[in-house]
Amino acid sequence: MIPLNVNARAVTVEAAPDTPLLWVLREHLGLTGTKYGCGVAACGACTVHLDGEAVRACSVPVGEVAGRPVTTIEGLPGGAENPLVRAWVAVQTPQCGYCQTGQIMQAATLLARSPRPSREEILEHMQGNLCRCATYNQVVDAIQHAAREA
Amino acid sequence: MSTGTTLTRRGVLAGGLAFTFTFTAGEGAAAQPGTGPLNAYVAIAPDGTITIQAPVPEMGQGTNTALPLIVAEELDADWEKVRIETAPVRAAYDSPIFRSQFVVASLSVRGYWMPLRMAGAQARRVLLDAVAARWGVPVEQLSTEPSTVVHAASGRRMSYGEVAGFARAPATLPEITPAALKPVSAFRLIGRDVARFDVPAKARGQTLFAMDVRLPGMLHATVARSPGLGARPVSHNGAALLGRPGITHVLPLDQGVAIVGERVEAVLAARRELSVQWSPGEGAAHDSEAALTSYLEDVRDATKPGVQVLRTSEPEQALAGAARVHSAEFTSDYVYHGQMEPLTCVASVTEGGVEIWAGTQWPSLVRDEAARILGIPAERVTVHMLTMGGGFGRRAAIDYAVEAVHVARAVGRPVKVMAMREDDMANAHVRPMTAHRIEVGLDAAGRITAWRHRLASDLVVPQLYGRARLEAQRGVDHIVTYHANVAHYDVPATVTQHLYREHGVRTAPWRGIGAGPNAFAVEAVVDDLARQAGTDPLAYRLALLRDARARAVVEAAGAMAEWSRPRAGTHLGIGFSKLGLPQLGEALAATVAEVAVDRAAGTLRVLRLWCAADVGLAVQPRNAMRQIESSLLWGVSSALTERLTFRDGAVQQSNFTDYEMLRAPDTPEVQVRFVGGGEVPLPVAELGLGTVAPAISNAVMAATGRRLAAIPFTQERVRAALAG
Ligand code: FES
Ligand code: FES
Repeated sequence: MIPLNVNARAVTVEAAPDTPLLWVLREHLGLTGTKYGCGVAACGACTVHLDGEAVRACSVPVGEVAGRPVTTIEGLPGGAENPLVRAWVAVQTPQCGYCQTGQIMQAATLLARSPRPSREEILEHMQGNLCRCATYNQVVDAIQHAAREA
Repeated sequence: MSTGTTLTRRGVLAGGLAFTFTFTAGEGAAAQPGTGPLNAYVAIAPDGTITIQAPVPEMGQGTNTALPLIVAEELDADWEKVRIETAPVRAAYDSPIFRSQFVVASLSVRGYWMPLRMAGAQARRVLLDAVAARWGVPVEQLSTEPSTVVHAASGRRMSYGEVAGFARAPATLPEITPAALKPVSAFRLIGRDVARFDVPAKARGQTLFAMDVRLPGMLHATVARSPGLGARPVSHNGAALLGRPGITHVLPLDQGVAIVGERVEAVLAARRELSVQWSPGEGAAHDSEAALTSYLEDVRDATKPGVQVLRTSEPEQALAGAARVHSAEFTSDYVYHGQMEPLTCVASVTEGGVEIWAGTQWPSLVRDEAARILGIPAERVTVHMLTMGGGFGRRAAIDYAVEAVHVARAVGRPVKVMAMREDDMANAHVRPMTAHRIEVGLDAAGRITAWRHRLASDLVVPQLYGRARLEAQRGVDHIVTYHANVAHYDVPATVTQHLYREHGVRTAPWRGIGAGPNAFAVEAVVDDLARQAGTDPLAYRLALLRDARARAVVEAAGAMAEWSRPRAGTHLGIGFSKLGLPQLGEALAATVAEVAVDRAAGTLRVLRLWCAADVGLAVQPRNAMRQIESSLLWGVSSALTERLTFRDGAVQQSNFTDYEMLRAPDTPEVQVRFVGGGEVPLPVAELGLGTVAPAISNAVMAATGRRLAAIPFTQERVRAALAG
């Protein structure tokens, strides 16, 4: 049994410690907003926050996160009213949508430390998040939109 | 193009192809108070809520907003009151182009355009008839405003919600003719941007992808797929894996081995240790490097005629008599779709039939194949058309759904069959690798007299549609050979010859289909001819293009980019491409790319793209521009880095670590503008792709005088071209 702190809730899961956090979130806890894209930290679809930092849940063994705060898209503060979520809707960023929760979780850590990021800064920060629909320019617009609204 | 179309209750839409489309009441919308289904597409509740069925699944292109919006337009619905449902898989929702629910070739809006307008108009007519009867007035005196029936003479008004209290679909639905449709000038919704209905859920992770389906008692599975067509499992070490906690089955399949278990993590861990010996399949020896060499030999060997795809006038004679012949060769490597959601399908086989949850571009085929496999009637197959985490042509193939049905039947429990990314890539259904040789005859004055395009590649049509289709088309693979011609240019004699070899490699349509490699070759040659003539490449195109629409996109792209303005350290190049079939209308586009070349490093940077596109009537302009932007960036990605290679019959790349797709930092700024227009929507979502590789290569030519002739323009190739 591994005690976890996910989206500010204490839960315990029965999983081997080397199980990727991704599968614990998705299959044990039913938090399917975090996506599987590559399994090797190369696409960013599985991005969540661990101790407030963006990490790739596919490459973090659940045993390492016992007791540490994990936030998924489902636990993003404000839900539909979160400034990033609102900006994503206002800009109409998603196409297929599959990568977008990872994009938003990655973006959140940029805004936390750079309140008015430039296009270059954003593109650099989003380097690890693939979007096959290539919504990168709309990701930039949405992050800047959120920065303005915040 | 749509003039002269008529539609009856079981009617035929005429317009180049034999379209059939049937309205049937009683399908679609779930039972709810109110009108019930007025036809296959529309139901209205007493509170005014209008439920509209989207006939095809959403894969990111926004059709599940755009298609219901077309119904809403003719229904004269208040868009705020519309609720969208994804339709079931039934003949009533077939695309008249494919006679199937099939999302491919950017033809959803184009294909459903008339049926959906008719459906909206028909539902509106049912409401009007009901109100006319209630008020005792002739129906001709009634009109509508958004979600309201109006009798101007008496000033009476009634909301659609109120009408829904008593209106019901009659036994025989009213016949609608195109004359009953709104004139384009009266559109309130079409042509104006609305918010996509799928976006809020996607921004919160609440969209249900097949990957996210969880059913009581559901098992997880993953499949190790054979490396090429026809290879079958001969032996495997699955017995050793069966004993592990959580692993319930190891199942040999026709072209793979499935590992099944209670927990996905156990299944994936076991998959990593599974090893399978395969029978030699059709492609066991396939080596992409060797194959490309043979393709080049083929296109150079004039004694091989290949399949004649297109021919106008007497090109051989014209080439023989030419004052000068310009020839050039090009190649493109295999590419992988890389849709972000690895292929996944959930299936549950019970006494009653089978239920399938899939993100698929071809739900009708999934239903029919499942019925065939299980030996049950199609009515006992339920296919839930889920949102796709990207499709791009890969999900036109249904291999993963077929396997899910087999596995579900074998295990007797619901099962989710999910590909690991490594298996998804190993099982790539590629865009075929190509080699091109183009020969252009010129007269003494430098005018083009003849154009021969010889193309060598594998095939897509037999794998997608069956070999009979290829034979019916006299061997012409319209997917691979798309745009391997200069139909829009004023060239008196042309011929396109396809020299194909089949390598046992799995293929599928890939965004932009043949336009990717073919427009690259064609537009690079056009640029070279311009340079040889001492003419500006844009001006040369304007002089050579025969139709005004094509000239308009080239001119507009040039204006957007300020083509003639000198730049410091960057260069411009242009490319022209198209999408669609002549008989259904072609969308046209031209793109200017601004490129910086680092000669020392042998690297390119694409800084900006300006694309002018004529897509006919844009139903949702902003979304259509986003789709074109997406296809342009696919153009960048495939021109610069994407490359799949085969050795000993197997894909050599394994994940996004060694198959490189466009990432944020390399993304150029993009501007898209619509020019032209019209009264009919044309294909959109793949349009930009073919314009980009030639625009980049032409920009590099402008910068360095060297031609990049092999897609992708890897660093190694750029260095070689600059050094050569
Ligand atoms: S699934 Fe974790 S980075 Fe791709
Ligand atoms: S929106 Fe489709 S992968 Fe990003």
